[in-house]
Amino acid sequence: MHVIPYLVAYAALLVFAAAVVGRFIMFSKMPQHLRWELYPVAHEGGGKAVYGGSFMEDFEWWKKPRETSVAGELKVMIPEILFLVALKEHNRKMWTKSFPFHFGLYMLTACTVLMVLSGLLRTFWPDLEGGALFKVLHWVVLVCGFGGMILGIFGAIGLLIKRLTDRGLKSFTSPADIFNLVFFIVAFGFSLLYVVLFDRDFTTVASFVGNLMIAKFSALPMAGNPGLVYAVSVVLLSLLLAYIPLTHMSHFVGKYFAYHAVRWGDEPNLPGSKHSKNVPDLLNQNIGWSAPHIAGDGKGKTWAEAATENPAREEEK
Amino acid sequence: MSDQGHPGDRRAELKQLVELTDISADCGPLADIPLSQQIPLPPPFDKLEDEPQPTPLTDAAKEKYECELDGTIAVNIPKPESKEEEERLVKSFLSGMKKLFEEENNWIFLKPLVISAEHCAKCQTCSDSCHIYEESGGAELYRPSYRSEIFRRIYHKYIKGESEWVHGEIDLNWKAVARLIELSYRCNLCRRCAQTCPIGVDNALLAREIRKVASQEMNIQVKELHEAGSVLQQKVGSSTGMNDLVLKDNMEFIDEDTEEKTGIKVETPFDVEGADILLIHNAGEIMAWPENPGAFHTLFNAAGLSWTLSSDLAAYDGINYGVWYDDVQFARTAMLHMQAAKKLGVKKIVLGECGHAHKALTVIADRILAEGLNDIPRESCMTVLLDIVRSGKIKFDKSRNDFPVTLHDPCNMTRLMGIIQPQREIIEAIVPAERFREMAPHGVENYCCGGGSGFAIMSGHNFSEWRHRFSGRRKFRQILEAFGDEEMTKENPKYVCAPCSNCKGQIRDIISHYDAWEKAGIHYGGLVELMVNAMVDAKPDFIDWEWH
Repeated sequence: MHVIPYLVAYAALLVFAAAVVGRFIMFSKMPQHLRWELYPVAHEGGGKAVYGGSFMEDFEWWKKPRETSVAGELKVMIPEILFLVALKEHNRKMWTKSFPFHFGLYMLTACTVLMVLSGLLRTFWPDLEGGALFKVLHWVVLVCGFGGMILGIFGAIGLLIKRLTDRGLKSFTSPADIFNLVFFIVAFGFSLLYVVLFDRDFTTVASFVGNLMIAKFSALPMAGNPGLVYAVSVVLLSLLLAYIPLTHMSHFVGKYFAYHAVRWGDEPNLPGSKHSKNVPDLLNQNIGWSAPHIAGDGKGKTWAEAATENPAREEEK
Repeated sequence: MSDQGHPGDRRAELKQLVELTDISADCGPLADIPLSQQIPLPPPFDKLEDEPQPTPLTDAAKEKYECELDGTIAVNIPKPESKEEEERLVKSFLSGMKKLFEEENNWIFLKPLVISAEHCAKCQTCSDSCHIYEESGGAELYRPSYRSEIFRRIYHKYIKGESEWVHGEIDLNWKAVARLIELSYRCNLCRRCAQTCPIGVDNALLAREIRKVASQEMNIQVKELHEAGSVLQQKVGSSTGMNDLVLKDNMEFIDEDTEEKTGIKVETPFDVEGADILLIHNAGEIMAWPENPGAFHTLFNAAGLSWTLSSDLAAYDGINYGVWYDDVQFARTAMLHMQAAKKLGVKKIVLGECGHAHKALTVIADRILAEGLNDIPRESCMTVLLDIVRSGKIKFDKSRNDFPVTLHDPCNMTRLMGIIQPQREIIEAIVPAERFREMAPHGVENYCCGGGSGFAIMSGHNFSEWRHRFSGRRKFRQILEAFGDEEMTKENPKYVCAPCSNCKGQIRDIISHYDAWEKAGIHYGGLVELMVNAMVDAKPDFIDWEWH
């Protein structure tokens, strides 16, 4: 029986990774869309990003080298990811719930990563165990673990109350939206209950993570209620992990493309550019729209043919 | 904001709580927002009771067209004659929805579409950024996310076959389709909401995709945009109906008139092969605001630029209405523009004062241009005009523009192209600093004039009243606030500089609707008119302050 939590955790990690990678591949493989950028574009150089300016503000911009700044993107992306700056700026009431929820998730992720790191250190540099580094790591794990669960629960409850009471949100809320938040509250709630009651220094949690890393399915020293709460927590968290990327909550993948490919996708199509090379293939696809001004002559055609014909003029002649 | 408070404060008073599922209800119009629900404007327009009362639709219109959204009509969708026809139209709508998500049929916007269709967190952050929603007093129907969420629910249930438990209830019938298409024309496509979305969901894109389904699959379009718009442009050369002969006649008249006003000889060159610049105006300028092309040509000649107009089909009218509703119509017009430039062998195309023409040819068309066409760059007139100012080839006297001036930022140039500073630097050179005041907010966070996405030229039934009451009201509020410290009389004329033809048309209509020239001395015009008004070598008083 003690193997089951390990197997469930592995399965969840696999589903999570496959779903995220799959979604990433899906967006990556989509065809080059038309430019649809939205300013400010964070990588604009020359101080333009600050006020939302673009390279098109320069006289004969195509004769000048493009100034883009990765640092500019990072300056926007990092605070946006960590602190949900856009939400804070434009929807403060929602941010007070959403930020703790998301930051809680980040802290739990950090907690897990640090436990993995501790496990690696313990395996490869056993002499370090008991040293200052381990002590620091241990405290950070505790802060991230407890903090993450508390913030996550607090945020999820706040979001749930807001969804159920705010008129503007309520009518847009589906049963699944409520389920999702309840799922977070229950999964994090069980986990918090377990560590508060039975594992305040995260010993068994860290052992579990360490065992997962080296595929060692040893039973953890628990029985009775602690064992049950532990098993339920692992299963719930695993199911949650697998569930997230299968829902609209995979918006962390969508958001990457929304920002990098769409909002900031301002690269012009100059002669010889990669965009320029893609154009013929895209235009040579068949077009299947049925309205008469497109399909009126009944002949199948490509986008290139549809774009270069002029049925209105033909009619006039 | 005015001292009456933020429009959002009135949301609590909202009585019309429209549910998403109401879209398919057989219940008559979903909203009828009384004037009393709207927020009063700043003085001297602060009395709601003094505002023009909304005109109801005529019985004839109600009988003939689908009008169960909100008491106005933009699209003129004829009522189906039978249940079978309704079913056929619903099927056609679904067929179009399906094509939107097919690579072959919508590679053009597939990625942004899927992101917006699948990743909304339904946080409603977008609502507060929408001028239409805000100025309606928070009407549920005008939430930017209302139409998007219906679109998403239809997509999940009817295209992907997913559960309503996950994505929410929706029933699709003809009422829902007709209302959704009509509702796609209650958005200016300004993308201010997309700018504030924490995830990057784009309600404007979804509104445009709904318009595409209607046009490209169901053959349902707004007459002013399609038949009298892009089709007319492709048929005779301009959506104004002006063919090349009339164009040349008109330009001759404009040249003479401009010379009379400025004392500077102007001759508009046509079809000059090998010129550096092909200048493309919005032909609406030639017909409605001839002083604008007159001023452009005066400046270009005085700066010694090598330039020409084209008299080729569609190439003397920079408009491209397809950008608002139909990818194929958009591509056809863009191709005509590019082919004309290629034929003349110009070094670049310069777009006149028309925001959507800027965006259409410079940005949106960019990635449909194969090798051989993408070697002709497209440039904003703003940077060319700024280069003229910086070159010192023309002397300007700021004191000639000694009146209050505010600047409207066309969404297409600013939020969607990032052209913010050139027009400000020009104004700095031609308007006394103490006379210029920015609107709040401005630049990349500006508000749409209310005429965006074709609204400025849509006036059927009582739709123009709708756009004054809802989509244009925020801009009028901003203008009044910008001039808030001025004496609001005709004796103290004030200039709203709107360097975009459609914005200018919308601002003209708002001023006319509120009689703001007579009551507050608010006038409008383009940027080049202000430049020529300050030109030392030109006779003074180029700007005509008589209302027109």
